[in-house]
This record gives sequence, structure tokens and C-alpha cells, in this order.
Amino acid sequence: MNGESVIVRTGTANLASVVACFNRCEQRVRVVSDARIIASASCVVLPGVGNFAAAMEVIECQGLREVLCRRIQEGRATLCICLGMQVLFEASEESPGISGLGAVKGCVRKLGGPRVPHMGWNRVEPGRVRECAALNESTRAGEWDIEPGEAYYAHSFAAQAVPEGWRGAWSHHGEAIVGAMWRRHVLACQFHPELSGRWGERLVRSWLEYTTVRAEEVTC
Amino acid sequence: MLKPRVIPCLDVREGRIVKGVQFARLRDAGNPVERAALYAEQGADEIIMLDISATPEGRSTSVETVKAIRQAVGIPLAVGGGVHAVDDAASLLDAGADKVCVNTAAVREPALLEALADRFGSQCIVLAIDAKRTPCEDGLTHAWGVVVRSGAEAVKIDAASWAMEGVRRGAGEVLLTSIDRDGTAEGYDLDLIRAVRASIDVPVIASGGASTPDDLVEAIRAGADAVLAASIFHDGVYSVREVKFLLMAKGVEVRM
Repeated sequence: MNGESVIVRTGTANLASVVACFNRCEQRVRVVSDARIIASASCVVLPGVGNFAAAMEVIECQGLREVLCRRIQEGRATLCICLGMQVLFEASEESPGISGLGAVKGCVRKLGGPRVPHMGWNRVEPGRVRECAALNESTRAGEWDIEPGEAYYAHSFAAQAVPEGWRGAWSHHGEAIVGAMWRRHVLACQFHPELSGRWGERLVRSWLEYTTVRAEEVTC
Repeated sequence: MLKPRVIPCLDVREGRIVKGVQFARLRDAGNPVERAALYAEQGADEIIMLDISATPEGRSTSVETVKAIRQAVGIPLAVGGGVHAVDDAASLLDAGADKVCVNTAAVREPALLEALADRFGSQCIVLAIDAKRTPCEDGLTHAWGVVVRSGAEAVKIDAASWAMEGVRRGAGEVLLTSIDRDGTAEGYDLDLIRAVRASIDVPVIASGGASTPDDLVEAIRAGADAVLAASIFHDGVYSVREVKFLLMAKGVEVRM
């Protein structure tokens, strides 16, 4: 680990908001697309705005599939935002026939809510603990959790189930959607923490502190 | 459940906020970066900045303003004014806008909406429609015609039909301004909101005419997903937080 935070350049994503958010959290960050840097960075942000197929094409072309899958599987500090969360799954109804990273089981579905895109502020509530019965002790130790709050969303597709072994937080938009899911040092948010005001900034700050602290424990 | 958004609007010209009546008689209303930061702190759900600069120098100042606002606020920022091509949108998004509003250029060349949505995704593209009441031929009823070039030119298109076409072409949201009400403090044009709301299922941002929190309540009840206001905040009559408390008191659930 090189102690560096980087944002993966996925082409169409709006990176300025993420950079500004990290800066407000006193975290320096740079935008990269080099697989080696992404493999070695201590913290990686996988942003994503736009289309599932387009994002996967960038990931494949830059040779990032394996690097990203390994980070997710090893539970290393990775923050996946919006489409960056969706590509963790096996597939999406947005782009039939295109493989996602498949780092978690399941498929991303088209929203069935009253207004699509789901755009605006919505309540986020962490899932009840009994939903996390499947988690093993090592995952549950040193719990990190999302506090309930209001998050900013802008999307038309979403996961509707939290993958086994992950903890989740939910929002409702005509139906339940996974607002965020996390396992070890990986945090995936369907909403945009970088645009979710004070609550979003606190979330990023607390996650950064958690991952940094834990990483130091591991190194010692 | 989505909460209705309260959106302060910054009309920016050569780097300063201006406010006019029906797009004319402009007066200075402050520094856009300071205002954006203040409104975000008070609980604004989003900021919309419309660049109404008349010169290329003004436009480049505007990109710098977007960058500075982005550093200062952690809420969504939509920027419009002078978006005529994909490259214009790209430079605003690179500077830190989350969405771009397109108005006149989309009326002139509707395929621009498809080009923008393909490149950036629909959630990034706000179709701004300036609508003006026009009497129908029967002399009794009226419709809303689209006007462009900051209200200077009427085009023979019905606002609701244009909203529908714009959404079909890729707009993810509609910013609906009543030219008749803009800056008049007479309240939003509720019939206009209803007419456009009925024609599309993407979010509608109501604009033009707000002067009291009750006006915002009425627009939300008429079907607006978000309400935009400028003078009400710039003049310091109400803070964003006060407005939101008053909305809550009227039974409108907003983000606090």
C-alpha cells in the first residue's frame, strides 16, 4: 500500500464533486486509470455516471476488471458510487448481455417507482441486524455502520437485494432499493454521498477514518 | 419517498448574481459563491446557476464560478446558460456541475438532447423551458407557448408537447419557468405546472413567481417535484431553513 487515495477515471463520471468532497474531508485524491496504481492505492473510489455497458467497456479496455474484483474480494478500502456500485453485480437490465464485474451475486434491475429517474433526496435506513445473521464474526467485528439520513439519488436502475455477507441500507421509491451495502472496507452507495450535504460528508469522513484506522492495525 | 426539493437559483452575469423582472431590469444581488455556500448551509437541496452573461469573457468567468461553487458546496449543482453543444456541457461538468440545463439550443436543434444524454446520461440533462401564456384562437382559453433567447423570441411550440418530446429525446428533468410570473412575486403559474406535470413522468422543477413559502407549497401540491426561487432568498426575506420549516408546518415533508 502506498497511502494514496485515487479515483478511477471511468470516462463520463462527474469527478469534480468527488474530488471536492474528499478535499473537504482533508483527503488528497487524484484521478487515475493505471491498473497498477489502482491495485496498490490504499483507497480507491469507483465513481460512475452514465450507462452500464459504457462503464464496463472502460473497465475492460483499461484492464481493470481483475484489479477491481480482487480489491472487492479482499475487502480493501474501495468506495463505489452509483453506477460504480451497479457494476459490482453480475449484470444489469440496462445493458442485457453485458457482464458486470460479478464481484457480488445478483442483477441490477430497472426501477419500477412512480418517477424514473429516481432523482432527489430520499431517506436511507440501515437494515436491521437480523438481516445480517449470515455475516461471520470477523465481518461483524469492529462494526462500521451508516447512520440514518437523507441522501441524494440520481439513477434509473438499482439492486433490490443485499448480497450475502454484506450489510445494507435501504431506501423506498415505490419499492425497496438498496441504498448502500458494505463489507469489510468496501462501501458501495447507490446514492451520491459527495452530493448528500453534511450527512454525506460525515459518511465519507467516518468511512475514511474507519478504513484508515483498520488499515493501520493491519500493517502493525 | 422522494422529498420535494427547495432550490435557490443564482442568475449570474459576469461573475455576479443579478435579479430581474421578466428577464429584464437586472440588479446586483451578490457573490454567487458566497450565496451558494450560505444556501447549502441553510439546507438548500440543490443549487441552480444560470449564466446570463452577454459576452465570451463573462462565460469563461462563469466556468470559474462553477469551480469555486463546487469546492464550497456538497449538494447537487445544475448549471445552464449558453449550452449550445456537447462541448459546452462537458466544460461545465468538468468544472464541477452535476447537471446541465439546456434551453434555446435544444429548441433550435432538438437532436442536441440525444447527443447530451448519450454522452452524459439523462440524469445529467435538464431541459429548461421558458413558457408564456398565449391566447388560443377561440379567444377564451389559453395555452403556453415556448419562448427562447431569455424570453426575447416566441416559437410556435406548445410547452407541454415540447416537454414530452424533450423527455423522449433524453432529458431527465424539466426546469419549467413561467415568463409571465418571473420576478413578479405573484406565485407560480400552477396551471402551467399541472399541464406539464400531466405530460411527463420525469421530475419537474417549478420556477417563476415565488414570493412566499405558501407559493412553494402550492406549486408542490400542483405536482412540482422541486421548487426554484431566487428573490425570496437573495433579498433575505426568508432563509432556506425558515422556508423549509414553514413547508413542514404546512404538511410538506422536506429534508431538514
